[in-house]
Amino acid sequence: MKRFLSLYAALAFAFLHVPLLVLIAFSFNGGKFTVWEGFSLRWYQSILHDPQLVEATGNSIFIALASTVLSTSIGAFTAYGMWKRRAPVLQGSLYLSLVTPEIVTGISLLAFFQYIFRWLPFRLGLMTVVLAHVAFSVVYVTVVISARLTTMDRSLEEAALDLGASEWTAFRRITLPLLAPGIAAAALLALIVSFDDYVITSLVAGVDSETLPMVVYAMARRGANPVINAVSALIVVLFGVLIVISERVREA
Amino acid sequence: MNLRSWFLVPARLTIGLFFAAPLAIVCGYSLLTRGDYGGAERPWTLENYTRLADPLYAQILLRSIAMAAAATLLCLVLGFPLALFISRAGKRKNLYLQLVVLPFWTSFLVRTYAWLFLLRDTGLVNTLLARAGLIHHPLALLYNNGAVLLGLVYGYLPFMVLPLYAALEKIDPALLEAAADLGARPLTAVRRVIIPLSRPGIVAGSILVFIPCLGAYLTPDLMGGGKTVMIGNLVQNQFTTSRDWPFGSAASLILLAFTSLLLYVFLRRAEVR
Repeated sequence: MKRFLSLYAALAFAFLHVPLLVLIAFSFNGGKFTVWEGFSLRWYQSILHDPQLVEATGNSIFIALASTVLSTSIGAFTAYGMWKRRAPVLQGSLYLSLVTPEIVTGISLLAFFQYIFRWLPFRLGLMTVVLAHVAFSVVYVTVVISARLTTMDRSLEEAALDLGASEWTAFRRITLPLLAPGIAAAALLALIVSFDDYVITSLVAGVDSETLPMVVYAMARRGANPVINAVSALIVVLFGVLIVISERVREA
Repeated sequence: MNLRSWFLVPARLTIGLFFAAPLAIVCGYSLLTRGDYGGAERPWTLENYTRLADPLYAQILLRSIAMAAAATLLCLVLGFPLALFISRAGKRKNLYLQLVVLPFWTSFLVRTYAWLFLLRDTGLVNTLLARAGLIHHPLALLYNNGAVLLGLVYGYLPFMVLPLYAALEKIDPALLEAAADLGARPLTAVRRVIIPLSRPGIVAGSILVFIPCLGAYLTPDLMGGGKTVMIGNLVQNQFTTSRDWPFGSAASLILLAFTSLLLYVFLRRAEVR
């Protein structure tokens, strides 16, 4: 039985990892087709010569950074606020937003933006994408920072308060520095979920603000194009690096 | 208002403005009539909800439930031996857990695309089989229910393995030794001791897989190529191509209601324990 389990586990790990490994391997293929024709970096070079990909990457980076700064700040305050006192309604809504299918979040944000833009001089674009990303990543940030807070000793802050610090000073000087690794890990997570999102983004992006996942999606639908292999490989590596950093800071 | 309450204001604003208000608008739309040029108009009506019972749409709802259930069952069957293996791996446990979680941390879109790359007509699998002379026409590996199921299982297997592992890890090895001493063969011990004791993990994993599968959009869209329509695709279609926002709203609220109800029942059960 033990041997059977080991064999089975090897197969299961292959199932989980081989598709991505093959994809990455073929991003270095010299030929255009799924036949190995020697090592080449031509698909990576052609990323740089594709203005659509370059612009979409720029958009994705801008959106990810902007929404990460906002959602991390909001999430840090939220986690801290909920650590100090219960907020069942807010907590319930946050969790509900976590389990809401992406497509539902996407269409409701689309309906909402279209509705309020009847009275406001805005239209769908980078800004609506940033707001949408903030809306769905606040809960991830809050969960990660809350996890860090549960390991923290409340008496440190109480000591600061007893010694005459105001609540704000106690938060800023005691709790915030102790929370820093958790906040950094949460920010990296927010970066990833923002950079990765396709479903919600495609609905609220409007016509002239394509993101990288939107371009990858469009290329994938159109048919075989080895440039996507190269883009995918870069995304896999980028996410891998972010995750490793995030694990490191969380353990710090 | 003291300082503490202020800490929660940004989140309340964000959730209120960008989660609750949009849902409220969708609720309103779901009771309105489709406008001539898209959008929603009065009169108020329940027609959008009754239309979901129409065989054409009821079939989509049932298919979504069936696909999600099948994906959950497959994840359970495939994930259980893996979780069992990891829970007995001693020092290497953490390494194996990382291996399970790692692909999950890669872009969902990229992971789905990887399967397209492998399975499409000009994909790697068909190319290799053709070169080996085993096939003369490419096999239709994509754009069917099986492909969607594969995509769902691949996407959500970690959600099943982690809670299963957590449950299996807690089982006292002495219980298995006792079973063996009393003459149970390994498979009997699995069936009579391990499976019953890992029930909480089975339930949690099933819920965690079923919920996202039910609302899946990207997987049926890319792996099913528009042939396997699930609720998520129906909703997306109503808001884009068909421009029937009221009907799309009703469909998405039914989906959300189903998801939240499942989760509520599960959390209540977990609380009782």
